[in-house]
Amino acid sequence: MTHLVVVGASLAGLRAVEAARKAGHDGPITLIGAEEHLPYDRPPLSKEFLAVTDDGSEPQRPFFREHSHLTDELGVELVLGAPATGLDPLARVVHVGDRAISYDALVIATGADARGIPGSETLAGVHVVRSLDDSVAVRAALDAGARTVVIGAGFIGSEVASSAKKWGVDVTIVEALATPLVRATGSEMGHAIASLHARNGTTLLCGNGVAAIEGTTAVERVVLDDGTVLPADLVIVGIGVTPNVGWLAGSGLVIDNGIVCDEHLFTGVPGVYAAGDVANWFNPALGRRQRMENWTAAAEQGAAAARNALDPGNAKSYGTVPYFWSDWYDVRIQFVGAPEADEVRLVEGDPESEATGRWVALYREGDRLIGALTVNGQSEIMKYRVMIARGVTWDEALEHAVRRADLHAAKLAGAPA
Amino acid sequence: MKVLVDFSKCTGLGICESLAPDFFEVNDDGDLVLLKDDITDDELQSIEEAVAGCPTEALRIQV
Ligand SMILES: Cc1cc2nc3c(=O)[nH]c(=O)nc-3n(C[C@H](O)[C@H](O)[C@H](O)COP(=O)(O)OP(=O)(O)OC[C@H]3O[C@@H](n4cnc5c(N)ncnc54)[C@H](O)[C@@H]3O)c2cc1C
Ligand code: SF4
Repeated sequence: MTHLVVVGASLAGLRAVEAARKAGHDGPITLIGAEEHLPYDRPPLSKEFLAVTDDGSEPQRPFFREHSHLTDELGVELVLGAPATGLDPLARVVHVGDRAISYDALVIATGADARGIPGSETLAGVHVVRSLDDSVAVRAALDAGARTVVIGAGFIGSEVASSAKKWGVDVTIVEALATPLVRATGSEMGHAIASLHARNGTTLLCGNGVAAIEGTTAVERVVLDDGTVLPADLVIVGIGVTPNVGWLAGSGLVIDNGIVCDEHLFTGVPGVYAAGDVANWFNPALGRRQRMENWTAAAEQGAAAARNALDPGNAKSYGTVPYFWSDWYDVRIQFVGAPEADEVRLVEGDPESEATGRWVALYREGDRLIGALTVNGQSEIMKYRVMIARGVTWDEALEHAVRRADLHAAKLAGAPA
Repeated sequence: MKVLVDFSKCTGLGICESLAPDFFEVNDDGDLVLLKDDITDDELQSIEEAVAGCPTEALRIQV
């Protein structure tokens, strides 16, 4: 019977296991995970899980499934707290320390780890926010009233900063670049979104690198390139992630910004597929190679990779218009498509005005709509996702935007829509 | 078949709207509005994708 092995017991790995059973796979399944924990959801770790609660208790930990559901109902053998240490694709074996686990079909979903700042890892009070354990430690520090410095004004850093603010502690964000989020949203919108911090009373220092993180056993201060000294009890490092591919050294898989695979999530090595944050795949929906770092792609790729691994003869390509969201203060930011564009145009709202309101920006590539960003635009964003998937022209998208903005303005003015 | 929404879980992220716009729409307040709930055989696949794609696991199909 075909033995499906899934390495990485998080979102993509869980969805791989569930999709295999749903597709009728009745052979053995082994799920290998480096963490002791059962699979859990990461987006809440920088949002709801860091929220202040009425009674001061910790919010529920965001585990996806019960242990018994995985082992009994889905019939999965769990190998947790044990990282895979090697892959031998000729023998079709995954090594976990001394243990060798043979597979017929393999889905690799080892995700990504947050980058740290070398030399600071041993200081107490310095954290990344990637795992449940990280978030538990950060929550405890906020509860103790820690003066907080966030290094990196990307999405995770910004979310943690906005969560920290609610604890009433001092929060400063330090960003090396002149404008944050340029890679993810372009410079104009990066600047606009970053202004949310000042509006909510969080200090954001841009264009200033970190020279040193100092302290004896616990962190005491962060020193910036221009000599500024920021006293700190809690330092959050949010400077991006690196795909977890170290264990694949010598396996023959092609590694380049993650595991390189085709539109079927196939690595080119018989039986081996990749999914989630670790996969650099060809996205047929946008006609380009991408490595995603978002929930939706990880969930969908996990399922697609397992189905293809178990039935390669009928493999289906996986394409998507990428989507992510981020919650800062009381604002929801949503993005669909790709941010590398020939032009970014703000079609609704005014980031310079006092009130935040609704902002909508569209991204053009050639004469095609390629991306859209909204702030407080939950009613708008998915309409653009559908349009990007349909390949609508830039002009069509602009016309739609004008109609929607007029409708919204009329509604705000109290006129019948 | 019907699609059911657990509104206590839904946070209006809207993935479902992009996969099945005839069924789901997020309104100006950021809340999900269910436009219809009866699913035909032709519509089933898009609804299944919405169920799988919802980050809060708020959707369910009732046979
Ligand atoms: C704090 C935070 C907030 C986020 N917020 C959002 C959001 O608002 N919206 C959004 O779209 N996305 C968000 N994301 C991103 C989203 O959570 C990720 O894209 C998703 O978790 C990726 O899933 P994955 O299964 O591919 O990888 P991961 O979740 O990274 O899981 C990989 C797993 O593999 C394990 N592993 C690593 N190496 C090995 C090995 N050698 N052997 C066995 N196991 C191994 C790891 O321990 C880990 O458990 C957020 C992420 C974080 C950390
Ligand atoms: S995808 Fe889920 S959370 Fe999002 S609007 Fe639909 S039901 Fe609600």
